[in-house]
Amino acid sequence: MTGEARKAPFRPLARLKRIGGARASWSGLAAQAVLLAVLAWLAYEMVANVRANLAAQGIASGFGFLTHSAGFAVSQALIPYEQTDSYLRVFAVGLVNTLVVSAIGIVLATILGFVVGLGRLSPNWLLARLAGGYVELIRNLPLLYQILFWYLAVLGALPGPRQSLSPLPGVFLSNRGIVVPEPVPQASFAIVAAALALGIVIALGLGFYARRTLFRQGRVVRVWPYALAAVIGLPLAIALLFGAPLTFDVPELRGFNFAGGVRLLPEFAALTIALSTYTAAFIAENVRSGVLAVSRGQWEAGESLGLSRGQLLRLIVVPQALRVTLPPLANQYLNLTKNSSLAVAIGYPDLFSVFAGTALSQTGQAIEIIAITMAVYLAISLVTTTIMNVFNWRVARRGQA
Amino acid sequence: MKRVCMMLSVLAAAAVTAQAASAQTLKSVTDRGMLSCGVSQGLPGFSSPDDKGNWTGLDVDVCRAIAAAVLNDPTKVKFVPLSAKDRFTALQSGEIDVLSRNSTWTLSRDTALGLNYTGVTYYDGQGFMVRKALKVNSALELNSASICVQTGTTNEQNVGDYFKANNMKYELIAFATADETIKSYELGRCDVFTSDVSQLYAMRLKFAAPNDHTVLPEVISKEPLGPLVRQGDDQWFDIVKWTLFAMINAEELGVTQKNVEEMAKSGKPELRRMLGGDGNLGETLGLSKDWVVRIVKAVGNYGEAFDRNVGAGSRLGIARGLNKLWNQGGIQYAPPIR
Repeated sequence: MTGEARKAPFRPLARLKRIGGARASWSGLAAQAVLLAVLAWLAYEMVANVRANLAAQGIASGFGFLTHSAGFAVSQALIPYEQTDSYLRVFAVGLVNTLVVSAIGIVLATILGFVVGLGRLSPNWLLARLAGGYVELIRNLPLLYQILFWYLAVLGALPGPRQSLSPLPGVFLSNRGIVVPEPVPQASFAIVAAALALGIVIALGLGFYARRTLFRQGRVVRVWPYALAAVIGLPLAIALLFGAPLTFDVPELRGFNFAGGVRLLPEFAALTIALSTYTAAFIAENVRSGVLAVSRGQWEAGESLGLSRGQLLRLIVVPQALRVTLPPLANQYLNLTKNSSLAVAIGYPDLFSVFAGTALSQTGQAIEIIAITMAVYLAISLVTTTIMNVFNWRVARRGQA
Repeated sequence: MKRVCMMLSVLAAAAVTAQAASAQTLKSVTDRGMLSCGVSQGLPGFSSPDDKGNWTGLDVDVCRAIAAAVLNDPTKVKFVPLSAKDRFTALQSGEIDVLSRNSTWTLSRDTALGLNYTGVTYYDGQGFMVRKALKVNSALELNSASICVQTGTTNEQNVGDYFKANNMKYELIAFATADETIKSYELGRCDVFTSDVSQLYAMRLKFAAPNDHTVLPEVISKEPLGPLVRQGDDQWFDIVKWTLFAMINAEELGVTQKNVEEMAKSGKPELRRMLGGDGNLGETLGLSKDWVVRIVKAVGNYGEAFDRNVGAGSRLGIARGLNKLWNQGGIQYAPPIR
């Protein structure tokens, strides 16, 4: 696009008309206003009718239950939670669990999806066939089946806590999940963290310098050894000076389960693996379509410049492929988040399981709880869509320049 | 997403139908010629389908008894299997006429749900099952254990209360259905499976090696199980309530599936009243005079149904215990039919 964006003169009536559709007449606007009023009236009638009928049937209604004590335990609570806490707290615990599994799932699915998608286009015959086989196998099996497979057949087949596998010292793998030593910050933690932050700043500065030298003078400067030294060496030197920043609380078997350490529940692991591998198969296809949409000439131009395949992908093909890949990617992220509600099948305490499940059956207030849950999933989806739209808009604009 | 559909159907039903649940259930059952009865998704002894799809069990027999009393045919029942979580919604929305599904009678369920409990078919309590290999002899040794439970039950809160009262830690993994719960317990995800004691025995029959598991002696709660109906239909409430009372009274008076015809001809006043030889007690309920004869012919008296399904005559072999009649040391007691 050249020149400044055109700015419409301020004409409120014309603007109102535009909202109603580009060619709407005044009678058209009136019709839309009537339609809006009818919809609002219908919504009001529905709510009023539901309230009246619930009262007539003697079913409790209202949101007062949210402050009542829940009285049940939740296996994974990332915010402090006691069984005497309120249903509102249960809601928060479930929401955090849903968000965590979705966020981690999205990151893993994106990485795996890009790797598989690019792998499918690799000139390496075996790699391309493996990637193709992965996509066809995973996306054609029902997700619930895959979740149960990971949970019951893979993680469920691990030995009990007393016979747990220990692949690394302090790390235990059993059908109760993975337990790893828990890092405990010591006195020198703050100063070592500061050194690490400084190291990262230095490394970023070096990278910026190298890039500028490349663009301005066409010279390749080798900075990565210095950057590495800044990121690793600096905090290491400080740690040697002031003592170790962390000690580890090593888990040990006490009674039925491990005490100490950090535990990753098998429910969480199974759900994350299943969601990310499943969604990755779809993302891989989006990536493939994006890469194939980049014209052959771009590849040939890059090759004639003498770029390696890695450079070609990273500098030329993938940035252009993103324009085609991003919009359907947002859909996959939404699907992953909504699919996380299948957690209920394997007892992972996500929002749907603890709030729309246990809390619902204990209070019996189906309409309120389902309404809240729907609103939450809707809100999560709209936020995801907005973020992806902004990102997409930036990529698309850059592509046009 | 069956669950969500059901929730939405409640919403839709509540929103669209102008009249609330009124005294219509008996009429709609007779018009339909079929009783719609909510049962479990498969709990041996209480409600489970055999390999030919015939439902059997104590809860099932209550449904059949109601069908016999109302429709004069114990086979005219449509069984609707429901998870613990969905059961009350199905009754509220009108999908079923009566819920006979090992459901514990509590105050909040009796009030906030818009439902009414009609009586107690089985006095139960919550217990714990563990592997024998763990060498645990008491629930008080379960500190730090992982516990599998079915969501939507009273069991979740009972465990919480018990462990808190005894100052023990635990990890609770809640599953949507009973089968998922015991599958995970069997695979070793949990040390303990908790449920009503009768269910522990019933579910153990489904295990590959039932004898590797044992039920701990502690019973940590009161779980009176009974059928429910919608609030606001007193006639139907009375019919379901008195069907169970009729079965209990029949046992008390020695009326059995075999001798019910003879007993109906007996001259004893209390038998004549109950079995329709005298007065019109059945008709006051909206049923026929011989309603009790129909019930006992269909499923037998309470003791017979108990023995056949969960008691000595069944694979479960649970002792009558609390469920003996009041005059034999138990607490099963029915108001008189007169």
